Amino acid sequence: MNTVYFLVQQTMFFSIPLLIVALGGMFSERSGVVNIALEGIMIMGAFSSILFINIVQSSGAALPPQLLLLLAVLIAAAVGVLVSMAHAYASINMKADQVISGTAINMFAPAFAIFAARMIRSVQQIPFSNTFRITKVPVLGDIPVLGPLLFQNTYITTYLGFAVLAVSAVVLYKTRFGLRLRACGEHPQAADSVGVNVYRMRYAGVAISGALAGVGGLVFVVPTSTNFNATVAGYGFLALAVLIFGQWRPSRILFAAFFFGLMKTVASAYSGIPFLANLGVPNDVYKMVPYVATLIVLAFTSKNSMAPRAEGIPYDKGSR
Amino acid sequence: MKKISARWRNLYTKAGFSSFMASLLAILCGLAVGFVVLLVADPANAFWGLLAILTGGLSDMKNLGQVLYAATPIILTGLSVGFANKTGLFNIGASGQFIVGAYVAVLMGVKCTFIPGPLLWLACLLGAMLAGAVWGLVPGFLKAVCNVNEVIACIMMNYIGMYGVNFLIQLTVFDSLKNQSLPVAENANAPKLGMDLIFRSGATASSANAGIFIAVLAGVVIYYLIEKTKFGYELKACGYNRDAARYAGINETRSIVLSMVIAGALSGLGGACLYLAGAGKGIEVLDTLAAEGFNGIPVALLGLNNPIGIIFSGLFVAYLNQGGFNMQVYGFAPQVIDIIISVVIYFAAFSLLLRGFVERRVKRREEKRAADGRPAVSGRGPQEGGGAE
Repeated sequence: MNTVYFLVQQTMFFSIPLLIVALGGMFSERSGVVNIALEGIMIMGAFSSILFINIVQSSGAALPPQLLLLLAVLIAAAVGVLVSMAHAYASINMKADQVISGTAINMFAPAFAIFAARMIRSVQQIPFSNTFRITKVPVLGDIPVLGPLLFQNTYITTYLGFAVLAVSAVVLYKTRFGLRLRACGEHPQAADSVGVNVYRMRYAGVAISGALAGVGGLVFVVPTSTNFNATVAGYGFLALAVLIFGQWRPSRILFAAFFFGLMKTVASAYSGIPFLANLGVPNDVYKMVPYVATLIVLAFTSKNSMAPRAEGIPYDKGSR
Repeated sequence: MKKISARWRNLYTKAGFSSFMASLLAILCGLAVGFVVLLVADPANAFWGLLAILTGGLSDMKNLGQVLYAATPIILTGLSVGFANKTGLFNIGASGQFIVGAYVAVLMGVKCTFIPGPLLWLACLLGAMLAGAVWGLVPGFLKAVCNVNEVIACIMMNYIGMYGVNFLIQLTVFDSLKNQSLPVAENANAPKLGMDLIFRSGATASSANAGIFIAVLAGVVIYYLIEKTKFGYELKACGYNRDAARYAGINETRSIVLSMVIAGALSGLGGACLYLAGAGKGIEVLDTLAAEGFNGIPVALLGLNNPIGIIFSGLFVAYLNQGGFNMQVYGFAPQVIDIIISVVIYFAAFSLLLRGFVERRVKRREEKRAADGRPAVSGRGPQEGGGAE
């Protein structure tokens, strides 16, 4: 049973950032803007917020760790929105190819993070001490089975991830804003004809994706490392894959993120699972498993793609 | 005098001219931002830093040779991305195709020593192209037959390729001391063609080799394929409008698969060219994706997906990177170069708008000229290439 608890706890560390970032990408793409810049925005969000944590921690200010983490989340979100505005401006106002400005941001972010870190601290790594882990949530952590599964060895960001999921689903399907956002991604002309400001809706979609991607960067780095080295290990691209795998829908994105996270956990922790450790399969083969499995699942499930119809097409008021 | 001005008019009315001007403008913007970054970091040395970026590739013959060597793989991955783009596919999987190509080239370079002379080199290149082609085939097939989004399939294939190559290197051609692949046989390396004698400074020769000619040749072949053959026309038709292409009797499944296969072969070739250079470089066993594959994306975008443009943009990016290397003398981190390139790409995204602006101005002048009773220049070139595809 301990193995199961361990696996679930580990899976959270892999899945939650994927979930948050993929949900962010969902808002952007459902509004009609392809956001391939998720990786870059994650890096910028992680960079700024980890730098903030580093500064606070080394200044000796006695901030409660959970408060510090939440402040860092806010900073990551703000920086993410800021960076995503560059993408929004290019792809909405300038009607540019949406892949291009995304690629530019993906290239800019790690370069900027390394350059800035080296100029500020003369080394590119930004260390922080991980005081954010919650060994056991009071009361809830004592529930049998569920306690160890969900409320021990966890981070506040895990619950943040689930909160984001719930809010996203409600906003997308149960609010006026969500309906309008989806309309802009499916048929912007129709939305415009009934008085929806397509440009503004798309800006909102990209901004939400920026905020969530920025937070996702922080959420990825905090549990898995003790320093930030200008990379989020390709998680932005994986989140893009999860988004497509999840067919642009919150519930399926949740499934996709956990499918991938579980595979990833099995791949990295197989030596702790007696059955898999005894097979004698080399390490690198296990590491391939999540990607191969995803490809196979996709091959069987992609026949009817649910991609937003107007995705990637700049909206031009004058065109017919 | 009159003749020259007519010729000049002829030139600036061509579509290529306005996109060239737009690219130039984007590059100037990028350099300006780079200079600002340098100024913020260290005002005293900023000017010298910028000078080093601008002149680094030409400061001596060895550096120029290094530019040629570094340009080779990114031209090829750039061609790979640009070619797939013609069919409307975003090949983000150049990294995986690149690394499996590199692996097969190195494997053959170590094991197939029975092949004599430079034939071994050519055999390695072929093997690399084949391996890259297989890695492109998978997303192409999944896209055409199972409707799997090529972006996600390519991302998965990148990781599968990286872990697979790490595994196979350790199994077959592993130098455990250096944690990288074994050095290949001497005749598996690209011939120097005397370039090591030209591109050198003092006693140290650069890594320039015949690979750059392979890259340029590949660019020309791809240009011919896209612009002058029926096959290329079919690919482009699929890229513009898949349904219309099918209605016109074009086999879209075949076009998509072949497009990815050729794109993969180009990336694989790039992998071979990087490691078969006699530069002492082996494939390191690391859990990071090959950067050359991702660098193909900006190169392709800067070259406006035009194969000839990609050759130049690859050289340009390599030139800037060499400058960034030289700039470290002044205490700047070389990442400034990536910042500059990213800004250039960002502004290149506006190229369509800039081009429209230039074209409108030219058109207005022409109309005014026509209204004045003088004949307008009729030599408007075909509207080819461009950032919109």
